Amino acid sequence: MRWLSSFLSAVALTFMVAVPSQAAIDTWTFENPEQQERYYTLGKELRCPKCDGQSIGDSNAPIANDLRGVIYEKLQAGQTDEQIVDFMVDRYGEFVLYKPRMEGKTLWLWLGPFLFVLIGFVVLLVVIRRSRSTGPAVVTELSDEERERLNQLLGKEHGRSKES
Amino acid sequence: MKRLLMVLPLILVLALGALFYGSLGRDESIPSALISKPFPAFELPVLGQDGEMMTEKDLQGQISLVNVWATWCPTCYVEHPYFMELGKQGVVIFGMNYKDDEAKAEKWLADLGDPYTTTFVDKVGRLGIDLGVRGAPETFLVDDKGVIRYKHEGELNERVWKNTFQPLLAELKVEHGGGQ
Repeated sequence: MRWLSSFLSAVALTFMVAVPSQAAIDTWTFENPEQQERYYTLGKELRCPKCDGQSIGDSNAPIANDLRGVIYEKLQAGQTDEQIVDFMVDRYGEFVLYKPRMEGKTLWLWLGPFLFVLIGFVVLLVVIRRSRSTGPAVVTELSDEERERLNQLLGKEHGRSKES
Repeated sequence: MKRLLMVLPLILVLALGALFYGSLGRDESIPSALISKPFPAFELPVLGQDGEMMTEKDLQGQISLVNVWATWCPTCYVEHPYFMELGKQGVVIFGMNYKDDEAKAEKWLADLGDPYTTTFVDKVGRLGIDLGVRGAPETFLVDDKGVIRYKHEGELNERVWKNTFQPLLAELKVEHGGGQ
């Protein structure tokens, strides 16, 4: 009977310790599921200003915590996603956006990859066209001078192999 | 020509490598989005003065520094003696006590000296968000019209002061009709 009770308490302990491991846990109450969805999406799309590699939604940094509060407040106040994102950009700059906006300064970020693919295709086309126009490797005849030199070399080789 | 084309990829890779390598050691602070914008509106209590409030209008009238600090911030401790020094030189410095315990902040100033003309308290960090503060310390340069001209993240020391702040101050003085 003793083993049973210790087994049961071990089981109970296991479940007590197993807390779901979520990055940042808040206890907000949302008006509707759609608002909650927007809250999480905004948290994912905005970068924590202090901890470069994490989003506001993921980070436990005090500033991320505060900014989640701001997002929540603004959602409750009925602001649009765009208004909330603008609020953040006005204060923390483009840095907070994981997905940079398409404008003058960031245009090359968006178009750069396509440009490189395009350059790659052009190079590929040129290479293909060139190899086609040249056709298979042409065997050129040796000049008399070259033939003589070849014989000389071969002769030397033959001579040496005979000696050894 | 053909030979040049052959080494071109190598040159490109080396150039990119140099660029990335050079970027590794670069200053990680991001430029403030608030430069050339007026200091955000606020009304916050003055540290140690019961009931007294300070607003963004109190920043106008002279060129000043606004130093965001807290007792929980080790770098603030490091830069504090230099602010004492600047205060002695006659630089107007406002302190913004950021997300801190007021009793601790008062004790800090009593123990280490108070270089600030006025210290106001942003207990919840709401003005911090309006200022785009990422952490303490940060120091804003505000002109006499209350417009933010520069923000420095991290320790302000003699090197930063001489290399960055003094040239900006000289510019500001020219802007406002000759030296003072």
